[in-house]
Amino acid sequence: MSEAPLMQRPNSWQTAANARLRMARFRQLLALASLGAVLLVSGCASEDGGVQSQKLAMIKSRGKLICGVDGKLPGFSFVSSNGQYSGLDVDICRAVAAAVFGDPTKVDYRDLNSSERFAALASGEVDLLSRNTTYTLSRDAAGGNGLSFGPTTFYDGQGVMTPRASGISSLRDLAGKPVCVESGTTTELNLADQMRQLNVAYTPLKFQTGDQTYAAYLGGRCVAVTSDRSQLAGKRTSFPNPDDHVLLPDVLSKEPLTPASVNADPAWADAIRWTVYALMQAEELGISTSTIDSKLAEAKANPNLAELRRFLGVEGDFGKQLGLPADFVVRIVKAVGNYGEIFDRNVGPGSPLKLDRGLNRQWNNGGLIYSPPFR
Amino acid sequence: MATRPMPAAATPIPWWRHRQILPWLVQAAVGLIVLVLVAFLVSNLVRNLTAAGLLLSFGWLDNPAGFPIAETALPYDPAMPYWRALAAGLVNTLRVVLAGLVGSSLLGLVAGSAAFSSNGLLRRLARGYVELIRNIPLLLQLVFWYFVVFLALPNGSAAIQLPGLVLAKSGLYLGAAQLVNGVWQAPISLSVEFGALLTGLVVYTGAFIAEVVRGGIASVPRGQWEAARSLGLSQPQTLVQIVLPQALRVIVPGLNSQFISLAKNSSLAVACGYPDFYSVASTTGNQTGRDVEVVVILLGAYLVIDLLISALMNGVNRLVQLKER
Repeated sequence: MSEAPLMQRPNSWQTAANARLRMARFRQLLALASLGAVLLVSGCASEDGGVQSQKLAMIKSRGKLICGVDGKLPGFSFVSSNGQYSGLDVDICRAVAAAVFGDPTKVDYRDLNSSERFAALASGEVDLLSRNTTYTLSRDAAGGNGLSFGPTTFYDGQGVMTPRASGISSLRDLAGKPVCVESGTTTELNLADQMRQLNVAYTPLKFQTGDQTYAAYLGGRCVAVTSDRSQLAGKRTSFPNPDDHVLLPDVLSKEPLTPASVNADPAWADAIRWTVYALMQAEELGISTSTIDSKLAEAKANPNLAELRRFLGVEGDFGKQLGLPADFVVRIVKAVGNYGEIFDRNVGPGSPLKLDRGLNRQWNNGGLIYSPPFR
Repeated sequence: MATRPMPAAATPIPWWRHRQILPWLVQAAVGLIVLVLVAFLVSNLVRNLTAAGLLLSFGWLDNPAGFPIAETALPYDPAMPYWRALAAGLVNTLRVVLAGLVGSSLLGLVAGSAAFSSNGLLRRLARGYVELIRNIPLLLQLVFWYFVVFLALPNGSAAIQLPGLVLAKSGLYLGAAQLVNGVWQAPISLSVEFGALLTGLVVYTGAFIAEVVRGGIASVPRGQWEAARSLGLSQPQTLVQIVLPQALRVIVPGLNSQFISLAKNSSLAVACGYPDFYSVASTTGNQTGRDVEVVVILLGAYLVIDLLISALMNGVNRLVQLKER
């Protein structure tokens, strides 16, 4: 999801009595207070050369990671009927918990809507925001939302979904037709920009929530609905007849979906960043849940495999530098697998979404997934 | 026990306790406090906005809006400036408010009068309507009308065809409607969003107006009914010619506040996708980042609409008051 940052601030002018918004405002106040506090005390290097992150120390003493997710988006974060969270965004939370505690289940999830998410992160209510959030300048900048983004976990773009029977095959076919869109999002603005460029007049029907938007689309009021392509594919799986709906080939925008933490604690941000890179590097090195044990045995037996030994924490002190256990990579891979496994399981061929890897292939395979060297 | 000397009868009252001065002093003190508060709030706003580099400016209103609006009564296209988009949204709001005022008054009058019917079924229906509708939040009702009723309408040739009115998912068509290539065409066509919002507002406000009307009719002495009957007037005649004209004096002031809430409630339009003033302003704020200015414009516009309704109703009120000669 990709609401424009200015509208993330709760609007006092919403006449629809909305307690959530009031809550968000309260959270903003908390955010300001806690930001100040965190700025004062965070990020001091400890005596033993390891790094002391205020946040990391707090998470360790709490014994749980608190992770902000969407919770209603199949493939990314979705609560199953037995109360279990699953999805690509959820697996990032699990990987971080595995890195910190060696146990991917030590996570408390918080469902956040798009207007609450940044306030919840800034106020310290969640430690990590892994909620299909587009990485943008104003969200990153200290003068904007002031977040610290990790590596992008899913390269997405805005797409358009139409009923298969409508016969619409491109944006131009939408001329004069009603299109459902969520109000206050960047998708609303991207659609207006694109259609203006194409000189296509269309009828935008704007709704305040995603649920209303998809309900109007399913109700047959619009011949198209627009959002991030992955979100459309995910929502489609919950439709009565998913096969009756198709995604147009047009991609309207860049939407790099990226986990985020607060700017104020760079050491914690680094721990998240390298946890995600470990997932990507593991895939590149061919380390997966099925090969981790043999690779680890190989690394221990052969002192010449320096790169592998450093990566798996057999030698060197990468873990300590990040404030994590020495074998954090082993713990992560054992818990959730590598990036490719996470993708396939949640949104790829092994899931109902059946998304193509596309831009999310490894860099040496024509994609954008690229881990900097572990050295 | 302390004894207090009684004030001498001749001591004059201090000037500030003078009957003509004291009220002015109190007024001035209250006025001063209000002024200081307002000045504090405004200076605070200006200081913070300046610090954030967001000092109020309205120059952007002349920039091209660039976004389309689903339906407009005022001619509009995306190349027009923001102020024109906002004006189109305002006209959309006025359209639904005016239609809503007429519709809810008629519905309220009928339902309120029905509470005095000699027909028990009609009486209970009217009571049931008021109690059901008054006690469900308007937002839920709008969602119901839009998603459950209007979006369930059939399309094309399967549309519901009534004399002079065709109800289809693509819209509501008034007048001589005909199907051309699977698309309905009629002299007057309304969107289902407008239809759902109008229905929701009329049904909701109608229930409150029914109570106002019922109170008004109840305030007319029973003797008026009895006198009319003894003159041989039927019950409907009595109601229309004798009771309602006298009840108006009580009804009109109560109507005023119902009309004002209808105008304000119309801003819930976004729940059913109707591009009203609030919806257009919301997109404008999203696109320009001029949230504060947009709020100021919104506040001003709704204030003016409500003050106009109020002024109009006060005029009507003067017309129906007892004129003593």
